[in-house]
Amino acid sequence: MANISGSSRRRPYAGAVLLLAALTTTGAAYAVTTSAIVSPKSAAASAEQIELGKRLFTEGCSSCHGLAGQGGSSGPSLIGVGAAAVDFQVGTGRMPMAQADTQAMRKPPVYNQEQIDALAAYVASFGAGPGVPDPSQYDFSNANVARGGEIYRLNCSQCHNYAGKGGALSDGKYAPSVMKATPKQIYEAMITGPQGMPVFSDAQIPAKDKQDIIAYIDYLQNAPDPGGAALGRLGPVTETVFMFTAAIGAVIAVTIWIGAKSR
Amino acid sequence: MAEHSNLPASPDAGGHDEAAHGALDYGTRDERGRFILPLEEHHQRITDVDPRAAKRAERQVAWLFVAGAACFAGAVAAFVGFSSHELIHVPMLGNVSASNFWLGTLIGLGSFFLGAAAIHWARRLMPGDEAVDYRHSLRGDEDSRASAIEQFKRGAAESGFLSRPLVRRTMLGAMALFPLPLVVLLADLGPAPKEKLRHTMWGDKPATRIINQGSGELVRPEHLAVGGLINAIPEGLEKVEEEAGTQNERAKSSIILVRMNPSEIKAQQGQGWDYQGILAYSKICTHVGCPISLYQQRTHALLCPCHQSTFDLSDAGRVVFGPAARHMPQLRIGVDSEGYLVSLGDFAEPVGPSFWERG
Repeated sequence: MANISGSSRRRPYAGAVLLLAALTTTGAAYAVTTSAIVSPKSAAASAEQIELGKRLFTEGCSSCHGLAGQGGSSGPSLIGVGAAAVDFQVGTGRMPMAQADTQAMRKPPVYNQEQIDALAAYVASFGAGPGVPDPSQYDFSNANVARGGEIYRLNCSQCHNYAGKGGALSDGKYAPSVMKATPKQIYEAMITGPQGMPVFSDAQIPAKDKQDIIAYIDYLQNAPDPGGAALGRLGPVTETVFMFTAAIGAVIAVTIWIGAKSR
Repeated sequence: MAEHSNLPASPDAGGHDEAAHGALDYGTRDERGRFILPLEEHHQRITDVDPRAAKRAERQVAWLFVAGAACFAGAVAAFVGFSSHELIHVPMLGNVSASNFWLGTLIGLGSFFLGAAAIHWARRLMPGDEAVDYRHSLRGDEDSRASAIEQFKRGAAESGFLSRPLVRRTMLGAMALFPLPLVVLLADLGPAPKEKLRHTMWGDKPATRIINQGSGELVRPEHLAVGGLINAIPEGLEKVEEEAGTQNERAKSSIILVRMNPSEIKAQQGQGWDYQGILAYSKICTHVGCPISLYQQRTHALLCPCHQSTFDLSDAGRVVFGPAARHMPQLRIGVDSEGYLVSLGDFAEPVGPSFWERG
């Protein structure tokens, strides 16, 4: 008969109790509210602004896009891209790029809104292009969410996913998630066609329809998941991964417990 | 020979030859010739020897049952207490329905406690002795075998299957016709599509105007910026669909319009099939027919999300990657006298996935 000490006898049971306690406390809910992002207001162009923009451009952009924005081997020409493109690319932190890569990623912006406005004004002076949209253009307070969903599914969902989560494209490129995009950025992306995205000008998707799309994306961003964990809203892929790892893992753990010899 | 000790018990298999060669020893047998499997030495559990430990285990099992009961009672309380629209924020899960969350958590935990109590009970308190339970032989004994044959013969005689040929033959005839209706039903798989797969609505008229599927408006060349994309359908499609009651025509005639700098167009399927850099391609993948508009304006790559077939729209819709075997069919376009974009005739080849008779 083996020497049975009190501690070795209790340890497996104590572990199970600890696990259950952890599960119960995790299950107990607490509410955390997240703060909304407020986008700063843009200002009108002026001579000083263009001067500031020129200085910033020469320092931060010209090594790839050329001193006159004519482009080069490492960056495309910016002549005629317009202020909206600059506001989008720099405002979402995609430009300046940290390093040459297949695709510029969304990251915290390097410049403040005043500097972005100056850069936009300067780049717009290279040649005419889409201007930064006026707040009334992307105001979606009277938009139709259901129709926005229809237009989104027709024009956007094939790349950005039905739930706005983004998706893979060819050659390592991807369509980004739209979950963090502000109404202004969504509007700018549509009229400028950043990176691989096609242009959806106001002649292709009228401004009213764009507002519907923005309202739908706003809905996607704020919609709760009453049914439980959304698992990235990616559908059967993440759900299956979850079942195969977490759920089957738990079943295996219990099976081992049932089969283990009792002491 | 510990590694052989788990071989199946069998009264007549093997043993003798090996024993004759003196190479292997499978162990001792019982009086019916079955191997006696060596059992591990029996260890008594603490609950077997210490009554206080057994009492403790008993209490633990009882507490697990109580916890399960509490969870089930809590689930009922959650159902009553939360309206189905109430949301709560749960870390990692996000904003979920309070009712769903508590019902699921408490019923799940309660079931777990119930099962855990049963397992703990069995492992700690129920008898822990090891025992061998031999499989019985599959072959019945001689008496039951003879009796089964006797019953079968009596059944054949009493049913009259052999003595009444009229019944036997009509029965066999009826059974032979049984699969026939199932085969006849296959006729409903048709009718054969005939020429339907080779033509689309675009060929119905010499010039069919193009409609922006999103806005429902006729497309003019100036609507489409360089780098732009429009999902489009032929004018009059909705009327055709209403008459046919199906979306079959949409499945064939959906197109995408893209515009690129004319200098970027390397090749087309026909000379001058574009209109000032506007190209019209079928939206239906030539692999298995997914509708695709994942167009990347910088590389002019059109990617199918189903199996990653990629077509280069600046190079006559050539397949540059993936399982598609054929290029994306191009539609020849121009403008009519009122300046609207129109198709000039049908696709030059069937759109969509390959089919047997395609040639």
